[in-house]
Amino acid sequence: MHQFMIEPMFGTDHWQIAGYSIPFTNSALWMAITVAALFVFVWGGMKRELVPGRWQMAVESMTGFIDGLLAANIGPAGKKYVPYIFSLFMFILFANVLGLLPLGLLGVHPFTFTSHFTVTGVLAIMSFSIVLIVGFWRHGLHFFSLFVPHGTPLWLMWLIPVIELVSFLVRPFSLALRLFVAMMAGHVLLEVLSSFVISSGNAGLGWGALIGIPSFILMIAICALEVLVAGIQAYVFALLTSLYLNDAENLH
Amino acid sequence: MPQIAQLSATYASQIFWALLFFGIVFFVIGKGMVPKVMATVDARDRQIAGDLKAAEAAREAANAQEEAWKVQSANQRAEAQAVIAKAKADAARATEARLAEANGRIDARVAEADARIGAARAGALGEIEAVAAEAASEIVSRLAGVTVDAGAAASAVKEALHG
Repeated sequence: MHQFMIEPMFGTDHWQIAGYSIPFTNSALWMAITVAALFVFVWGGMKRELVPGRWQMAVESMTGFIDGLLAANIGPAGKKYVPYIFSLFMFILFANVLGLLPLGLLGVHPFTFTSHFTVTGVLAIMSFSIVLIVGFWRHGLHFFSLFVPHGTPLWLMWLIPVIELVSFLVRPFSLALRLFVAMMAGHVLLEVLSSFVISSGNAGLGWGALIGIPSFILMIAICALEVLVAGIQAYVFALLTSLYLNDAENLH
Repeated sequence: MPQIAQLSATYASQIFWALLFFGIVFFVIGKGMVPKVMATVDARDRQIAGDLKAAEAAREAANAQEEAWKVQSANQRAEAQAVIAKAKADAARATEARLAEANGRIDARVAEADARIGAARAGALGEIEAVAAEAASEIVSRLAGVTVDAGAAASAVKEALHG
């Protein structure tokens, strides 16, 4: 669990704003590294050449991917959300992947800030707030008709809107918890398996061969799975946000 | 779980830095850089679409020109055929006329020659009669010792020759 510990860095323990302590922690450091990596990535695609090079092609394929996602889920009105969804997707993706880098070999301790629900919660509440603002801005109080799906029988009107309301209110929690749990579970799993390898190795050659080798093989497979999960969770976060935005934009 | 154990101590820092860094990502990268990247993509798509349209238009123009050329070529061929046919007909008429003229000339000469032959034959017959009458009277005087009147001999010969 040490890998999830937040520690103030560079002697910034005493930093405060309005009585809240905001030390620059290892979590903030990895956010900064994520921002820097993302900046370098997108900046490399800013050559604006007519015939793109590999890097520009990569960046353009990412923006095109988000553009396509929004066009498919929201339609032409989705174009204006590209900056937000792109930022969300790339921020989470880079954070997840950077947190998986085997930097421990170099003595650096990578920190996956998406495994903290304080961070994923901020992102989820931000997405949910945008949905609420856009929904009420565009549809006013008519936005509440979201809780009455098409074809609801009249005699179920006492039940369906309540269920819809609950499922609507659960959205920010499910968004935040899904990402946090997926990242944390993966890292814990890798840590548990690696502790199996180390402990069984320490217990002797027989135990090491019996338990350590299968655990190690499983770890390799789970590392691959975690890379997949890193991408999928970023995609799911962006996809669900765009689906919720579709509700706000188009009301069913 | 440090996420919960450290919650009260770190939530302010986590929220602050998350908002700050996500804000940087959104405003600098999302708002600042992504639209430029997408504008590049759009410009390229537009250029490709424009080029394709221009190529399509050029092909249309080429097709139209080829069509016009085909029509023109067909017209010219028809004209040429007409000229050739006319020339052939003219030539045939001219040939016919000259043939007719030549035939006429030949016929005239043949007729003239026939007339000459007929005259010559008549002349020759006349001479033959005279010679035959002379010879007959000679033969008679020699054989019978009779002197035959030249007129009687001539009429006898004429009778014998013409039956």
